[in-house]
Amino acid sequence: MDILLQQIFNGLTLGSIYALVALGYTMVYGIMGLINFAHGEVVMVGALVALSVMKPLAAAGLPGPLVVLVALLVAALVCMALGFTIERVAYRPLRNAPRLAPLITAIGVSIVLQQLAMLIWGRSYHAVPPLLPAESHEVLGAQITELQLIIMLVAALTMAGLILLVNRTKLGRAMRATAENPAIAGLMGVDANRIIALTFIIGSALAALAGVLVSANYGIAHYHMGFILGLKAFTAAVLGGIGNLAGAMVGGVLLGLIEALGAGYIGDLTGGILGSHYQDVFAFFVLIVVLIFRPSGLMGEKVSERA
Amino acid sequence: MPLLDVLNLEVRYGGINAVKGISFAVEEGEMVCLIGANGAGKTSTLKAVARMLPAAGEMHYRGERLDRLPSHALIGKGLALVPEGRGVFARLSVAENLAMGAYHRNDNEIAADLERIYAMLPRLAERREQLAGTLSGGEQQMLAIGRALMGRPKLLLLDEPSMGLAPLMVQKVFEVIRNVAAQGVTILLVEQNAKLALETCGRGYVMESGKITLADTAANLLADPRVRAAYLGE
Repeated sequence: MDILLQQIFNGLTLGSIYALVALGYTMVYGIMGLINFAHGEVVMVGALVALSVMKPLAAAGLPGPLVVLVALLVAALVCMALGFTIERVAYRPLRNAPRLAPLITAIGVSIVLQQLAMLIWGRSYHAVPPLLPAESHEVLGAQITELQLIIMLVAALTMAGLILLVNRTKLGRAMRATAENPAIAGLMGVDANRIIALTFIIGSALAALAGVLVSANYGIAHYHMGFILGLKAFTAAVLGGIGNLAGAMVGGVLLGLIEALGAGYIGDLTGGILGSHYQDVFAFFVLIVVLIFRPSGLMGEKVSERA
Repeated sequence: MPLLDVLNLEVRYGGINAVKGISFAVEEGEMVCLIGANGAGKTSTLKAVARMLPAAGEMHYRGERLDRLPSHALIGKGLALVPEGRGVFARLSVAENLAMGAYHRNDNEIAADLERIYAMLPRLAERREQLAGTLSGGEQQMLAIGRALMGRPKLLLLDEPSMGLAPLMVQKVFEVIRNVAAQGVTILLVEQNAKLALETCGRGYVMESGKITLADTAANLLADPRVRAAYLGE
């Protein structure tokens, strides 16, 4: 079996999920300069809501893909409402506060969501029923599952849709204008509050999708899953250049690849001292390196002082 | 009834009183300028009218209380501001900037208006796919004016349209402004270039440290020895 190619497949799968989550971070940052650390928890809520919908529907004998689709729809609606509420309750009152205040609030929201999820779904790990086709195919000596293909394809299509929305529609234009200068966009009749609310709603829908995909990929979901995933997606957003949509996608895929390849080869590199369970180290190593050597990220614009 | 009627307008930044209870009016179809030195409170006045700054006092636009509306509701009423420093969206293309000007509109004449703007400002037509941030200062000023016109304003507020432009470009920008006024748009112009502003407008107000010190026809102001001494360098 070709280990290199195998890890590339794994990395692309993981990376497309990171990219979906990273988009949520980068969209909010781009439009209001806020790092919404609660975003990872929205992914977790999406995964667990979807799971709660899947179990009874699957037990009723409905076809797997249909169950997943319905579960995704419900999870997306719940997450959109959640994202809207978070912005309204936690961030809007702090719109003009010093930057540290909303950041601390974001961590608070994150803790609240985690604890609520623990109360609702308990502390245990939940098995996610394998409802999507997961047959394995051999490609050039490596195995790729249909599930992996589905994850990559769905993520790619969603991101293409988002790019079209942002670059080709009136709403997207207003989002970009508001990101650049909300006061001037206001003069054109753009209600910045509405645009910011919509940004949270769109980002949360992407988070719900990511939650469904990531729990299908690993086959488990639990109340704590959003924390590390959110942190990694944030890393991906910073790697690509936070605020930049294409950067979030590239950063996500790249981070997935780095992690998968790192996990695949760390044993060989360290003579067996460190095993593949050190996978998480790579994401944060990348974060540190980027922050030291290229804080604006791969595709981020150089922040210039304006006169 | 004046198109814009401002009563006892006051703007404060922290402890600083930038505009100290001024009153002025603009009649429909007029071209009025607000002149004065740097820091006199001209820009604060315009921003307050456009509801971009919190302010005390009353503002009426066509008899309606302006000071109770949010900034983003103004363009729908026909009030547009071309901000100081032009404020084009640098990362949007020229065409997208112009489209933003028509954001609040839902009619089917937007495309026709766009062609009208391009005909009036051919430099923009040549650069329609270019990012606005790559334009020269003069082109950006034209774009900012064109963008405001895409909203079909009845009252156009212009903040220092000549700032930082070469003399030839200043002439061109003012030609466009006269052209816009000739089409029936009422104009309130803030300018440091007092001579040019007074030669362009019918009436003027002189602002000095937050107060209106003179109000007269442009011709009288141009002839006034105090204005000549303070603002026309004589």
